[in-house]
Amino acid sequence: MPKTLFEKIWQRHVVFSEPGRPSLLYIDLHLVHEVTSPQAFEALRETGRKVRRTDRTFATLDHNVPTDPRPFKILDANSAKQIDVMRENCRSFGIQLFDLDSPSQGIVHVIGPELGLTQPGKTIVCGDSHTSTHGAFGALAFGIGTSEVEHVLATQCLWQSRPQTLELRVEGTLRPGVTAKDVILYIIGRIGTGGATGYVVEYTGPVMRNLTMEQRMTVCNMSIEAGARAGMIAPDQVTVDYLRGRKHVPQGAEFEKAAADWLSLASDAGAQYDKSLVFQAEDIAPQVSWGTNPGMVVDINGRVPDPNAFSDPVERRSAEMALEYMGLKPGTPVQEIKLDRVFIGSCTNSRIEDLKAAASVVRGRHVAPTVRAMVVPGSQQVKAEAEKLGLDRIFREAGFEWRESGCSMCLGMNPDTLSPGERCASTSNRNFEGRQGKGGRTHLVSPTMAAAAAVSGHFVDIRDWDVPVATGASQ
Amino acid sequence: MKPFVQHRGLVAPLDRPNVDTDQIIPKQFLKAILRSGLGKGLFFDWRFLASGASNPDFALNQPRYQGASILLARDNFGCGSSREHAPWALKDYGFQVIIAPSFADIFYNNCFKNGMLPLVLPADQVEELFQLVQAKPGTQLTVDLPSQTVRDDAGKSWSFEVDSFRKKCLLEGLDDIALTLRHEAEIEQYEKAHASVA
Repeated sequence: MPKTLFEKIWQRHVVFSEPGRPSLLYIDLHLVHEVTSPQAFEALRETGRKVRRTDRTFATLDHNVPTDPRPFKILDANSAKQIDVMRENCRSFGIQLFDLDSPSQGIVHVIGPELGLTQPGKTIVCGDSHTSTHGAFGALAFGIGTSEVEHVLATQCLWQSRPQTLELRVEGTLRPGVTAKDVILYIIGRIGTGGATGYVVEYTGPVMRNLTMEQRMTVCNMSIEAGARAGMIAPDQVTVDYLRGRKHVPQGAEFEKAAADWLSLASDAGAQYDKSLVFQAEDIAPQVSWGTNPGMVVDINGRVPDPNAFSDPVERRSAEMALEYMGLKPGTPVQEIKLDRVFIGSCTNSRIEDLKAAASVVRGRHVAPTVRAMVVPGSQQVKAEAEKLGLDRIFREAGFEWRESGCSMCLGMNPDTLSPGERCASTSNRNFEGRQGKGGRTHLVSPTMAAAAAVSGHFVDIRDWDVPVATGASQ
Repeated sequence: MKPFVQHRGLVAPLDRPNVDTDQIIPKQFLKAILRSGLGKGLFFDWRFLASGASNPDFALNQPRYQGASILLARDNFGCGSSREHAPWALKDYGFQVIIAPSFADIFYNNCFKNGMLPLVLPADQVEELFQLVQAKPGTQLTVDLPSQTVRDDAGKSWSFEVDSFRKKCLLEGLDDIALTLRHEAEIEQYEKAHASVA
């Protein structure tokens, strides 16, 4: 019987199963960071348990680290403590840590792929909901809570009820200026923030095939914003080419053997999904979020919606509360929304292609005098590569701050935050109330849209600008 | 873990959909290295005004809902981040049960790991409960896990579904890891068979 990518990976990882209860799944790769792990290690100590597979467990510091030039002293005592605890836990349990002085340090979902730790067919978990990012490689990757972090540390396994599968198919060809970020925002806008709850999503169709690996990561990253357990894209030659030569993948003949296996994971022709939805690429315009969840999006040439247009009373009130928090009036053209801040970074959009795309927009231009803009590369590797290409100079000359790697203003656990009332165009993944700082107002956009907004001081349609546009691997 | 069998308590309503974990427990409280004491940060930005004073408009601050242990919520409760600090904060504040038409996946799972019951009822029944709670101050509900029912004091009851394995774990207060380690032989066998996988 034909099988989906998900079914193939699931079957390979079942350690134990019996009817009427979840299956015990083996976990190939466990990524750990400083914020959601201290209580898990503490519990291991209390119960006298060890980390079962230190060779499958890797840690980084990303969520609360300052993005100032290194080395620095962390002024926030609680952040400093959490970082010290992570170091101590890695030392005493024998886990490799990509510390702040490591050339491999960075956001957990940026470094996994760039080090080749992330591979097709693997089961990957991390105490972070954006673990769905790694699904771009055809891995089954999902976020877990701290109790499950402890469980995986102790047993290298997890109890999982088998989710249903949802195919999200995007047909056609993206129009110039429309990016992977716009695709996923558009989809979430259509299906809603709970639209994929209970499902593992597989993104299919020609648009996905034409995306680069980094663009696929942007799509899979935001699967959780539609409620999905995981999001994945079948491995193909683009996946294989990205991984070849990376540090943790097999080398030489072993790599070719692994690659053949990876390619065999793609969903078989005729495989059945529990549900399928189809979207047309030509319908997708650059997206801007207007509200306080990632499903509240509108086309760049659209207007802030009128809550009265929602027939469902719960949705209507939700829209009213969102507009009040965002300080927006119904009917306002999106392009008239003025900005105070611009943030280019996060596990969604802080990779080298994102920075290249944003740099191509700001080259020879300058950030509007009313805007403070920053670029936070996703990892030390991304930062080094960008500097080799001179992107740091382009950003700096245009008036952007060029900072060190970390999660930064995506969630504002470090000093990079919005002040109350500040309005930000952000390439991150969540526009929840207070996400980037108490009272801060976040609009989610793509890197090129963020860059153009920084220059203009308000949102603009990037399609009206004369910049080189790359939308996919084959273009 | 303490078993969960039956719970009776005061109900507090939180009448908005898509309550995300950033609202349940804002980022500044994630720097904790312990599970305990997070109740003070629960719904922090909604509970407290900029001055630090209690926000009188927020439901949980109203005198009639003091001491509530059952939270009545709307669709997609607990969406967003995987932070287990969200159920930790709810539990530390005093909530044992959360009733909603739907929950986000990771949050739902995290509740069970902490001996709490996220209870799904159809949207129209949740709406009925909202009206009941708002109309009758002091409304208490009894949640009975073995029979999978919610009852009010007038004798009306609503039944709910829960996965049988999760139910068993809650009823017996099972430690997941101890349960898994009973399968040590299977885990070892799996590891031997897949030793070549990098």
